[in-house]
Amino acid sequence: MRVVILGCGRTGAQLAKALAGEGHQVAVIDRRSAAFKRLGPDFAGQMVLGTGIDEDILRRAGIEQADAFVAVTNGDNTNVMAAQVAKEIFGVRRVICRIYDPLREEIYRTLGLDTICPTLWGATRIREMLDRGCEGGA
Amino acid sequence: MYIVVVGGGKVGYYLAKSLLAEGHEVLVVEKDPQKCATLADELVGGVLEGDGCEAATMAEAGMGRAQVVVAVTGDDEDNLVVCQVAKRKFNVPRTIARINNPRNQRIFRQLGIDVTISSTELIISQIEQVIPAESLLHLLTLRGAGVSFVELEIAPDSPALGRPLRELGIPDDCILSLVIRPGQKAIIPYGDTVLQVGDQVIAVSSEASEATLRRILRG
Repeated sequence: MRVVILGCGRTGAQLAKALAGEGHQVAVIDRRSAAFKRLGPDFAGQMVLGTGIDEDILRRAGIEQADAFVAVTNGDNTNVMAAQVAKEIFGVRRVICRIYDPLREEIYRTLGLDTICPTLWGATRIREMLDRGCEGGA
Repeated sequence: MYIVVVGGGKVGYYLAKSLLAEGHEVLVVEKDPQKCATLADELVGGVLEGDGCEAATMAEAGMGRAQVVVAVTGDDEDNLVVCQVAKRKFNVPRTIARINNPRNQRIFRQLGIDVTISSTELIISQIEQVIPAESLLHLLTLRGAGVSFVELEIAPDSPALGRPLRELGIPDDCILSLVIRPGQKAIIPYGDTVLQVGDQVIAVSSEASEATLRRILRG
């Protein structure tokens, strides 16, 4: 499949490498060229420099042919806007948007975006581990 | 009317002052504590420190009873989120977003923001009024309908000269409504009308056909 990933941070780069390694066509967008170092020298995908809420940049990354779009910059609002542009304007079928703020995540999830909130997810998992630890150790 | 202004920069500050002077109840939400301190001196009681994109801040700002929310931060994506959350979560009837990158105007409209204001575009349209020969001058834009009233002067090198209007291939969603010819009464043009150098043409055009109209009349 063709996947466009916005944000080449830890998550974006990790995902891009994994997908490209499995033979998928991957394009990664970041506004800082230094971020692409995370992909390593063997990365077979496309690297696009620019901001992901710009339609031209998204087109250059091949969003018109993309099967999926993933927004994982460190800015919640950038992710929210880019995800909506991908979904509503380019009609990408699978759009996943990371939102750190749990309240905003809830709002946009109810509005129909596929969202992931690492804050909530992490806190819940930690809580589960603690509970399990207490049961075991008590 | 209760109006929440998100973004306490220069635009937010002067906007809040003008709205207060008109007798509205105004609250400015700003995340930078230093800016807040400066604003608080002038807008007594009308400043809330916090991230206007956070639903918690919005609740604190009493967003639920606001009639209008205006997002005027320097970040388009923040302004988008403020307006969307205000509308969808707090049911604010009217949301207005400032747009910094004029290309985002169309995106915002497609994503359901009621009104967008692009200072860049405002300045560009002012400049176009000063040098109208350069392009179509926008007299009025009906955003909801996607239609503009535009004005244009026929230049000596216009490809539209010497041929009746019906032969120019003017798109269906474009109507030349008025021709103002120097020294004559205004003409309501029809298919046989032939344009002359110096004619001021006023047309109604869909946004999509503006470029075509410009090409036909200006080359």
